[in-house]
Amino acid sequence: MIYTPISMICQHLRTRSLLSRTMATDGAVLLGLVEEFVSGQQDSKAADTARGVKTGQFKILELVEALGLSLTSSQPQTRARGVQLLSEVLHECNSSLSEKEVEVLVVFYENRLKDHYVILPHVLQGIKALTKTPLWPPGLAVSVLRSLFRDIHVQSLMLVERSCVYSILINLMEFKEEELKGLGADFVFGFVQAMDSERDPRNLLLAFQIARNILLRGYELGKFTEELFEVTSGYFPLDFTPPPNNPHGITQEDLIVALRGVLSGTARFAQILLPLIIEKLDSDVQNAKLDCLQTLEACASVYSYSELKGFLSGLWASLRREVFQTASEKIEAAGLSALSALSACLSRSVLDSQGDDGLHVFLDLVIQDCQHHLCEPDLKLVWPSAKLLQAAGGASYRASHRITSVVMPKLMQQYISQTQCAHRRTLLEVLQGFLQPVQCSVPLEGDENVFSTFRESLCTVVFDALSESNSGLQVAACRVLVSLGQQPDLLLASDVELAISHLTRLVLEDEELQVSTAVLECSRCLSLLHPGTFAATIVPRLKEEIFTEPMTQGDGPPPKALRERCMTALAAVSTQPAVIRESAPVLLEVLASSHTGTGSFAADDALAACRSLQRIVEQAPDVEDTGRFFHDIIIPRLLGLALQAGLWRGVSPPRESPLTEEPVLLALVPVMGTACARLQPQLSAVTAARAVSLFLDGDVSFLQEDGLPAGLQLLRVPHSGSLSQLTCLLMACVCSVPQSVELPQVERLMAELEELSCTSTHPFSYISASKCFAGLVNKRPAGEALDLLLDRVMGRICSELDRASSSLRLQAFTLLLWVTKALLIRYHPRASVLTDKMFSLLTDHELGPLVADGFSVLMSDPVDVLTRAGHAEVRIMYRQRFFTENSAKLVQGFNSAEKEMKPSYLKALSHIVNNLPRQVQLSELPALLPLLREALSCPDQAVQLSTLSCLYPVLMDSSPVSTLCPQLEGLISRLLGLTSSPAMKVRITSLQCLNAVSHFPDHGVLPFRDRVLRALAPPLDDKKRLVRKEAVAARGEWFLLGSPGR
Amino acid sequence: MPGGTLLENANPLIFQRSGERPVTLEEEDENFADPIDDREVFDLIRSINDPEHPLSLEELNVVEEMRVHVNDQASTVGVEFTPTIPHCSMATLIGLSIKVKLLRSLPDRFKIDVHITPGTHTAEEAVNKQLADKERVAAALENSHLLEVVNQCLNTKPA
Repeated sequence: MIYTPISMICQHLRTRSLLSRTMATDGAVLLGLVEEFVSGQQDSKAADTARGVKTGQFKILELVEALGLSLTSSQPQTRARGVQLLSEVLHECNSSLSEKEVEVLVVFYENRLKDHYVILPHVLQGIKALTKTPLWPPGLAVSVLRSLFRDIHVQSLMLVERSCVYSILINLMEFKEEELKGLGADFVFGFVQAMDSERDPRNLLLAFQIARNILLRGYELGKFTEELFEVTSGYFPLDFTPPPNNPHGITQEDLIVALRGVLSGTARFAQILLPLIIEKLDSDVQNAKLDCLQTLEACASVYSYSELKGFLSGLWASLRREVFQTASEKIEAAGLSALSALSACLSRSVLDSQGDDGLHVFLDLVIQDCQHHLCEPDLKLVWPSAKLLQAAGGASYRASHRITSVVMPKLMQQYISQTQCAHRRTLLEVLQGFLQPVQCSVPLEGDENVFSTFRESLCTVVFDALSESNSGLQVAACRVLVSLGQQPDLLLASDVELAISHLTRLVLEDEELQVSTAVLECSRCLSLLHPGTFAATIVPRLKEEIFTEPMTQGDGPPPKALRERCMTALAAVSTQPAVIRESAPVLLEVLASSHTGTGSFAADDALAACRSLQRIVEQAPDVEDTGRFFHDIIIPRLLGLALQAGLWRGVSPPRESPLTEEPVLLALVPVMGTACARLQPQLSAVTAARAVSLFLDGDVSFLQEDGLPAGLQLLRVPHSGSLSQLTCLLMACVCSVPQSVELPQVERLMAELEELSCTSTHPFSYISASKCFAGLVNKRPAGEALDLLLDRVMGRICSELDRASSSLRLQAFTLLLWVTKALLIRYHPRASVLTDKMFSLLTDHELGPLVADGFSVLMSDPVDVLTRAGHAEVRIMYRQRFFTENSAKLVQGFNSAEKEMKPSYLKALSHIVNNLPRQVQLSELPALLPLLREALSCPDQAVQLSTLSCLYPVLMDSSPVSTLCPQLEGLISRLLGLTSSPAMKVRITSLQCLNAVSHFPDHGVLPFRDRVLRALAPPLDDKKRLVRKEAVAARGEWFLLGSPGR
Repeated sequence: MPGGTLLENANPLIFQRSGERPVTLEEEDENFADPIDDREVFDLIRSINDPEHPLSLEELNVVEEMRVHVNDQASTVGVEFTPTIPHCSMATLIGLSIKVKLLRSLPDRFKIDVHITPGTHTAEEAVNKQLADKERVAAALENSHLLEVVNQCLNTKPA
């Protein structure tokens, strides 16, 4: 009886084979393959056969015919082999089957389910392969499933076969949903039986997926709801530790999420799941708690009031306990979001006929348990209570309305009755938590803001706190004020004015760092919302304060600090175009006054004004309006002032202006650079063109200052540096424009810059010129023009460097350094030639140390030129690339260098390594350790410090310990030697390193314990407290080493 | 105490921790010498763990900055500590932990005096005497069980 289907299948297929033109040779080949696979046990033949079917050499039916004998053999082993071949071929070729073929094959396989157990695995594989094609005739899926559930005891199958069964179910659910639903509750029952007591994580993921599909796609559960729940909830809360190195890549988190998908998949589980969650929340295992809370949160998005009804008080009791008593922030956060989800769920639910409002019932519970903590005089549990109330209230407008109406009066009352500043501060912080706008509880159109009733008293409280002298209160009040401002309609125009007057007073009077930070942040936020009021009130007030002649005597703060604070505040409020139009001119006026020497402004004030301008430029919104303002007003004015200051230096008698001083010019560079970089492209093109024509041809037509001579060639002015140093401003303008902007006369400009950088004797001028040149090189398109230019420059640099007697070698090196940097960061192929030149200069007796420092320029991100913000072409990971290409050269150079030149190599190495990302350092450093240990003995303090700071993370990381152990003796001696270094930072870092060494394996470090303890006694009496602190920490750790109770 | 596992003071009042000492400009200046002061010594002992609770001595108010007296020039340190309850059997152990911490962390020129805040413990005198006796302190640290407990109190890393 078993064999009938095979004859049937062959018969049926044979009718079709008449139509196909089978070539006799192919048939022979096929028979050969089958024979070798079945009798010869050669597994590779399955792949060959599959390839044949795929390429069209054989048809599936021919394969079946060829298999005929094996499939009808009386030996189970042979039949198994035959079915295996068919299944493996089907796996490869299931997409090319016709509907008829599928039908016949499925019927065949279905019958095989009853066959001998050795065949079963291959039968399941075959069915799985066939379920990948949707061409199943109607009714077949149901019949296969019935046989599957009836004839097979899934629980006793091996892992792979169970996985097969799950895959079959998943595939059929994809294609045959309607038919499977026709099976009714039998399908669920069959599945429940199949997955019962499944333990393998891979199979569980599949089983959970099926269960979730059953729930989400609405399969009939019938009376098996509880069974399905039982069989899945048995795993909850899920605990799974992947085997070492986790070969299947399944984490506990994957399983938890899959299971949560099932449990929270239907509201029908609610009555059984909720008691389970409440029970499991009592668990001591933190992960279990977390899982419960997150599952509850997931459920709340599916449930409604009717499901939650009976469990609200139980759930609330558990949630409250978790938040009140937990030590873990994770659990607290999960508890709060679960609470929020419950509250949101109840807010969604439609009121039932008895008018029983679930949200009110629930919130009453919350309020009842939390509100009295807000009123306790010692405020012991005020924070957890407030967090619970905020979580419940933040879920919806209705909830926030209810919570606010109860909580607000109590908090106000409590605030008024409290006398201690610390408590009032806490209350303000709680208040701020409630006021913080939450997305979900935003009132709908037309609804009143929940806080409107308390508007007046809230404002009173905040302004009251702002006028207190306690800094903590002031800080907290500033935060509340911001939240008030962000809530719609809570601050009236008059309140904003009052707030501004308070803020102004604090800016002018308060010197504490914390307060002024909070005040500035608050001003910034409010100025975003009320720019008009800020421009009209605070800006003139601050201006008046800045330009008031400082009193020589008096108790007030020193005038300089006050002016600086005013300027910082001006920058802070300049967040909107309306404010910037008022505030930036004030700062420009400060610069102009300091330039002309009116109003006792010094270089410090000019510096402060530059910093504030820079902040304004950085935070200004990207709109046409501000761009035009920068372009029309700020940039020309700054250029004009600087130029005038430079010219005044040259007349006799020379007039001094702070604007010729290097620090001020350096502070102007980022202002102009950022402004140019942020301009709209057409405006930045105009600005750059104006700058070029100003510096090349002395075109001063766009500047408003008086007495500027036309036709002055700024890059060619001989002697002094007062005009040529303005090149830094040229750099700020032309090096920050987008790459798409075409600069006029760029060839001529570069030639003049090259000349200036190679011949000037004024350091600031030739450095600026080199940087500017490099900035332009970086943006030049690759190609012949650039190559020619580089050839010319390199020729000039090399010939200058080769002349040992030349007085301009330093200039040549500076240009080389910056051009190298410009090419390095854009991965230009010429970069390696230039880098090699740098390496060869390390042995130069005159320039060696400078070259070593130059590597820090190569590896760090400069602030003023070649920046990403300034649209330079910077490739990511250029440092890593540089390191991998050059570290070997460096080590080699070090080994072959003369003794007195070795420090330069170590310095270069420490600069390179220090700028690498930590991750790269950790993997690369062990190889370089011998060199780094050498560097510790280098007398240069900068080298010592940078080496120590490279070493510290490596020592903290446990992985390279084994490679370090043999070298410990030398390492510890050197570190101990450095604890008495004259440089404080070296002492501190070496002590930190010693602390890290104490965590090495005991057997390695124990021999050094006594020696280290003795050597660490003197640092305990170091004259610097910060050093003593590290010494105490390190010595404490070494004391614990090898001692009980560590 | 029945069962012996119950805590003597199961529900102590918890006090706020003082934050990290802010670093001043003078402290960052190489040339300026910072003397060892009350706060510095207080910082040494405030983070010692209580033998009973997972809390620091500062959080239990056992040590307070005002009860630490340092004279850097005369090389003396005086620390008074206050047991949470007057009959606390842990007083000696707490005193010993403070003493050991200071011995390990202060230069050896200092004379270290650790005693109970007057009037806060029933066996005040006996405990003070034990803590003042160098030999007894040294002998106590020879006892590896006691040393283990002391080290656990001093080990401020999270377990």
